[in-house]
Amino acid sequence: MTRMKRIAVVIATVICGTGCAAPAAERGSGANSHDDVLRVAGPFEVHSVAPAESSGLFTRLEVAETLVSSDLEGDLEPGLSADWTESADGRSWTFELPDGVTFHDDTPVTAEAAVESLQAASAEAASPLSAAPIDAIAADGDAVRIDLDKPYPSLPAVLTHYSTVVLAPGSYDEGRVTQVIGTGPYEIEEVELPARVEVTRFDGFRGDAPAIERISFQAVARAESRALMAISDQADVVFGLEPSGRQRVDESDAATMVSSLQPRSLMMKVNMQDPILEDARVREALSLALDRESMADAVLREEDLAATQLFPPSLSAWNQPDLEPLDHDEEAADALLDEAGWQEGADGVRAKGGDPLQLTLTTYPDRPELPALATAIQAELKEVGVAVDVDVTNSSEIPARHADGTLQLGLLAKHLALVTDPLVTAAETFAEQGSDWGVMGWRNDEVAEAIDDLEEGTDEATAAADRAVIATLAQQELPLIPVAWYRMNAAVSTHVDGFVMDPLERTWHLSQASWAS
Amino acid sequence: MGIVTGAGFSGVAGVLLRRAGQAVGVAVLVASLCFLVVRQLPGDAAFRIAAGRYGYDLVDQQAADAVRAELGLDRPAWRQLADWLLALGQGDLGTSLVTSASVAQEVGYYLLGTLQLGAVALVLAVALGGALGTLAARRPNGLLDRAVDGWVASVRALPPFLLGLLLILVFSVHLGWLPAVGHGDGVSVVLPASTLAIGLSGLFARVTRDTVVEIQRSEHVRFARTKGLGARLVLVRHVLRNAGVVLVPYVGVQAVTLIEGVVVVESLFGWQGLGHALVHAVFWRDVPVLQAAALVLALLVVGINTIVDLVGLWLDPRPRGRAVVS
Repeated sequence: MTRMKRIAVVIATVICGTGCAAPAAERGSGANSHDDVLRVAGPFEVHSVAPAESSGLFTRLEVAETLVSSDLEGDLEPGLSADWTESADGRSWTFELPDGVTFHDDTPVTAEAAVESLQAASAEAASPLSAAPIDAIAADGDAVRIDLDKPYPSLPAVLTHYSTVVLAPGSYDEGRVTQVIGTGPYEIEEVELPARVEVTRFDGFRGDAPAIERISFQAVARAESRALMAISDQADVVFGLEPSGRQRVDESDAATMVSSLQPRSLMMKVNMQDPILEDARVREALSLALDRESMADAVLREEDLAATQLFPPSLSAWNQPDLEPLDHDEEAADALLDEAGWQEGADGVRAKGGDPLQLTLTTYPDRPELPALATAIQAELKEVGVAVDVDVTNSSEIPARHADGTLQLGLLAKHLALVTDPLVTAAETFAEQGSDWGVMGWRNDEVAEAIDDLEEGTDEATAAADRAVIATLAQQELPLIPVAWYRMNAAVSTHVDGFVMDPLERTWHLSQASWAS
Repeated sequence: MGIVTGAGFSGVAGVLLRRAGQAVGVAVLVASLCFLVVRQLPGDAAFRIAAGRYGYDLVDQQAADAVRAELGLDRPAWRQLADWLLALGQGDLGTSLVTSASVAQEVGYYLLGTLQLGAVALVLAVALGGALGTLAARRPNGLLDRAVDGWVASVRALPPFLLGLLLILVFSVHLGWLPAVGHGDGVSVVLPASTLAIGLSGLFARVTRDTVVEIQRSEHVRFARTKGLGARLVLVRHVLRNAGVVLVPYVGVQAVTLIEGVVVVESLFGWQGLGHALVHAVFWRDVPVLQAAALVLALLVVGINTIVDLVGLWLDPRPRGRAVVS
């Protein structure tokens, strides 16, 4: 847009502000022209360029790469490393690095550079790599060797996590990452934290050159604003729309909705040591009282997202199609609560020995559906005489109240495959000593045994049986009460072809997209 | 002439000295209050900071413990405050607990955003409100005056959030002239600034109108007319200058409320400003950023008041106390 035009636009706005009529401008001529830049908008702000603190934005924009990558089904595939091998005793892994590849600053990709990045990740408490039993990470010729204290078959899956990206030595300043110099098909052009990142095609990329030359990412906090951007052609790809925004996009010609079922479950974490909730009958009654289909329909606008078990069908290895689905049966819930000694009181709230059946449900607003779902749960449980206080607070209150034991119920959205292999997350979720975002005060020997078995590595038939044991026992004892599954969505402009959605949110695959002719 | 200059200088020095003293007092008070208030908030700061850093998928006990150890959050409260005040004395605002970036840099970035937005909004509001008010004052109780009254009432009644959405719908979605959100390029400031400006313009129009009507009725303006000056010259040389003495302090007050009140507009339009920084800093218990942002806002209030005093001094045609005596 020319300077004169901009000035004209400003003047026109002022004139219109005074109430005078202004002539209509031709649509698409001003703010909406896209040149050759693909404009992406999403709710995620970036507070730091450090890998663990970047919410994965730099792997999503394909600036930085991890050693191992995954495909749309979550199966491992080569990342920066084309090939990796495990030693016979399973205690050492070697990741080969490609020859003649350079970082965006034209320095060569060396084993030493990769080692430095991985060591930084393993020292970062928030990175899943810090939980791996690592003895040493060292350069071994042109490869990276990771020695372990004990066998850990999930290591390649952990190395798909965005906190383990390989960055050039020039990215670091006194041990901290100050700029993102990676190896991906796009390189950083400009970063304006927290809301704007612009990348451009990296000509030295070892693979196919992307069709789209430049991408700009803008963080937009409000879902209403994002929906308006999508339908008025001010962004080409818009992530995270609310149901009303999705409807607007469906009605418009400018964009279409793309979505995929994520390996994320919305669930209630239950404090199994709470005097009320330690009773299995109470937990089952809470679960039976939930009309999941109505809630999914009302809050997520999609009845099919009602959870019938913890693991969604997108996690095909873990989902158990034969498992008895979670049911809605108010009468059965009432009967169970009666049996557990909670008698109906005059005010509609059940009580036992003078104590009311009152629970606090803690949740957080980072995912907009959680507070809405929490109030829906409150209403459903009121029907069976359970009074629920909903506390919408910071997400960290769930681990904090887990730590001090004050949590009763926590409603959370749990990503079940943070590192492609759901085993890593499942093992942590069902850890015997409890888990911040998993079980609380629950231990089951059979589940613990199954997890140990899976972690040590076993044949596929035994592994499948182990996974079935975990899923089935979790469904019976309800240390986590599943509520709904989750669908990630994006509005994609009709100007864009070839957009695919990665259910694991590892990358946005924009290097494979192109402009529609 | 020499007498006037001397009086002007002592007036300016007085204003500056008084305001500088105020600034130091305000700085220490605001920063200490911020610190104390944040300590009283419920929740564990280490968990909050970890959530801000790593996002909800990665925040857990280990991450919080690492944060606590790294930042020394176990130190007694008085030592944390004393350390911060000592560093401040050396001009060091510290680093953000969440982003690990320099606070001065971070708050400077957001301050610039807020100042840009505030300045454009203020200029638009003064231009729009001033013009409407002056026009309305030409014939008090005339048709135009009543129309301006209607405008004042309706823009005051519209909450900024709704006004902003309306502007987006009209200018961005339907006409496609302006971007709905964004920060950085010149056009993206228009909608957020207009949202703020339209809201403010009502009051400006009202105050301008009343002041201009009052001054037009005053004796010195009648005298200017009597001595044969044209209507335009009277307006520019006598009415507007005198109106300025009343209006400039008023603009100052509005500027302060504007800068503090941009939170809603900033979040609606995705504009990076101090309001945004403050909200996040509270949510994440990022005490250094919060203290610095509050400090900057407090100093800004002092700064704007200083400018208002100085401009008033310069505009006011009446000679000042001591100048008359000497």
